[in-house]
Amino acid sequence: MRAADHRELVVVGASLAGLRAARCLREQGFTGALTIVGDEPHPPYDRPPLSKRVLSAPGRPVRPELPVPNGLRARWLLGRAAVRLDPAARAVTLADGTRLTYDGLVVATGSTARGRPPGEPPLPPGVVTLRGWDDALALRAALTEGHPLVVVGAGFLGGEIAAAARERGLDVTLVEAASQPLEGALGATAGAYVAALHREAGIVLRTGTTVEGFLTGADGRLAGVHLGDGTTVAAGTAVLAWGGVPSTGWLAGSGLAVDGGVHCDPWLRVLRTDGSAVPDVVAAGDVVRVPQPLAGGARMALGHWTNAVEQGAAAAAALLAGQDPDGTPAPFRAVPSFWSDLHGARIRSVGLPGAADETRVVEHDLTGRRLEIAYHREGRLVGALTVGRTGRLASYRRALEEHLASGTV
Amino acid sequence: MQITVDMTLCESHGQCVFAAPEIFSFDDDDRLVHEASPPDALRDKAEKSAAVCPVRAITVSPASPPTAS
Ligand SMILES: Cc1cc2nc3c(=O)[nH]c(=O)nc-3n(C[C@H](O)[C@H](O)[C@H](O)COP(=O)(O)OP(=O)(O)OC[C@H]3O[C@@H](n4cnc5c(N)ncnc54)[C@H](O)[C@@H]3O)c2cc1C
Ligand code: SF4
Repeated sequence: MRAADHRELVVVGASLAGLRAARCLREQGFTGALTIVGDEPHPPYDRPPLSKRVLSAPGRPVRPELPVPNGLRARWLLGRAAVRLDPAARAVTLADGTRLTYDGLVVATGSTARGRPPGEPPLPPGVVTLRGWDDALALRAALTEGHPLVVVGAGFLGGEIAAAARERGLDVTLVEAASQPLEGALGATAGAYVAALHREAGIVLRTGTTVEGFLTGADGRLAGVHLGDGTTVAAGTAVLAWGGVPSTGWLAGSGLAVDGGVHCDPWLRVLRTDGSAVPDVVAAGDVVRVPQPLAGGARMALGHWTNAVEQGAAAAAALLAGQDPDGTPAPFRAVPSFWSDLHGARIRSVGLPGAADETRVVEHDLTGRRLEIAYHREGRLVGALTVGRTGRLASYRRALEEHLASGTV
Repeated sequence: MQITVDMTLCESHGQCVFAAPEIFSFDDDDRLVHEASPPDALRDKAEKSAAVCPVRAITVSPASPPTAS
């Protein structure tokens, strides 16, 4: 029999990436103590449904729980935020003063919705963001009142919120600073395709304009949104869907490199500001900023479900391998993939379309809800996108996997 | 080994097709089709598919008792 394992591993962030890392630590044979810290009061749940069926489906919404495996044997500290990391002392401090020492740490604190830009006046009641379950319930309640909705930002999140509200019959205006939705992420062709889907569904899409301010009624609540082109759109609710901010506030003063996300090496080991790896600390999920070979090695945070799952598993493996003298962890090289459901169109992508300098449209059919685009950078495939053609993605993905494995990108 | 997919849950994400193309594929209408009893040699891949399915539609079970129809 193996000697008892006296190590203590701590996971901060009790959501998709953190839970996956915890599960993989156990699956890979870790038998010591495992503590999972999360600042939300809820056990882990899945976020993608929050901008889709949780907003649109009739009846009482059900929180989409993530299953916790039976054999996890974790100590859960929920509703408690980590506020400080001291890597030299190997300790995490919680808001209530609890100090947890660790032999290994997984950072999986995700990201939050970007709110009011710093320096701007406070937002009036009626202006909201969507990241968590409580946000989703509040937004859903606002939508059921039926007042006109303005969504700021026509990315995936904003687009899905607008679509869900439209499905409920609301007047919806979707405001986008770029000239097409998702132009930066998917290029002009896919952007125009998505724009057409929105307009076909009856959403008023206002591109090339930004929000200048909010109009309030006599009760102090939101009454309208002022746009950069001088017009004002009436609104009972406005959702800010203009991007996320990685949750790294608790790492301030730890010596870690955290601008734009926790910087990691290709093994998902967390880096200090001087570029050296912190021993026994790994990270996974939306909070991570790691060099992306498909984007020419640029450091990026991804913010995709599959990325959080795959990094959770890889970070767990790297943490255990780092503690094993014979361990040889493999670098994290998964092909990114993403999905979004808009007005019945199943948008699926692999790789990094946003890194492309050239798009090749293979099929384009709006009425049949079909689209296939290959994305290239310096003549090499870096991504692909389909609508209603998921079957075709598999071969693109295989090609990307081969590029990544051979190190030719 | 027996594979079942709850088609009321499946949203054609394709993660299973990426993980185990020997077992899962799509037809021309983007509907998932799969091998119901693939060889046990594919067990790891089958379990990987179940683990990456975003809607947890895939169940992998060891035995293959084709009972009542
Ligand atoms: C509404 C919505 C819809 C989405 N739809 C899609 C989609 O269709 N397709 C797709 O690919 N992706 C989608 N995503 C993205 C996907 O959900 C994320 O990539 C995924 O949740 C990332 O998981 P994570 O564990 O890294 O971070 P999170 O899920 O953000 O979890 C981080 C957790 O850590 C907690 N935390 C933060 N700071 C602290 C602290 N200091 N102490 C303790 N706990 C802390 C947070 O409260 C949170 O519970 C969507 C996201 C949202 C919000
Ligand atoms: S991964 Fe799940 S949702 Fe996606 S195609 Fe396979 S079974 Fe369906």
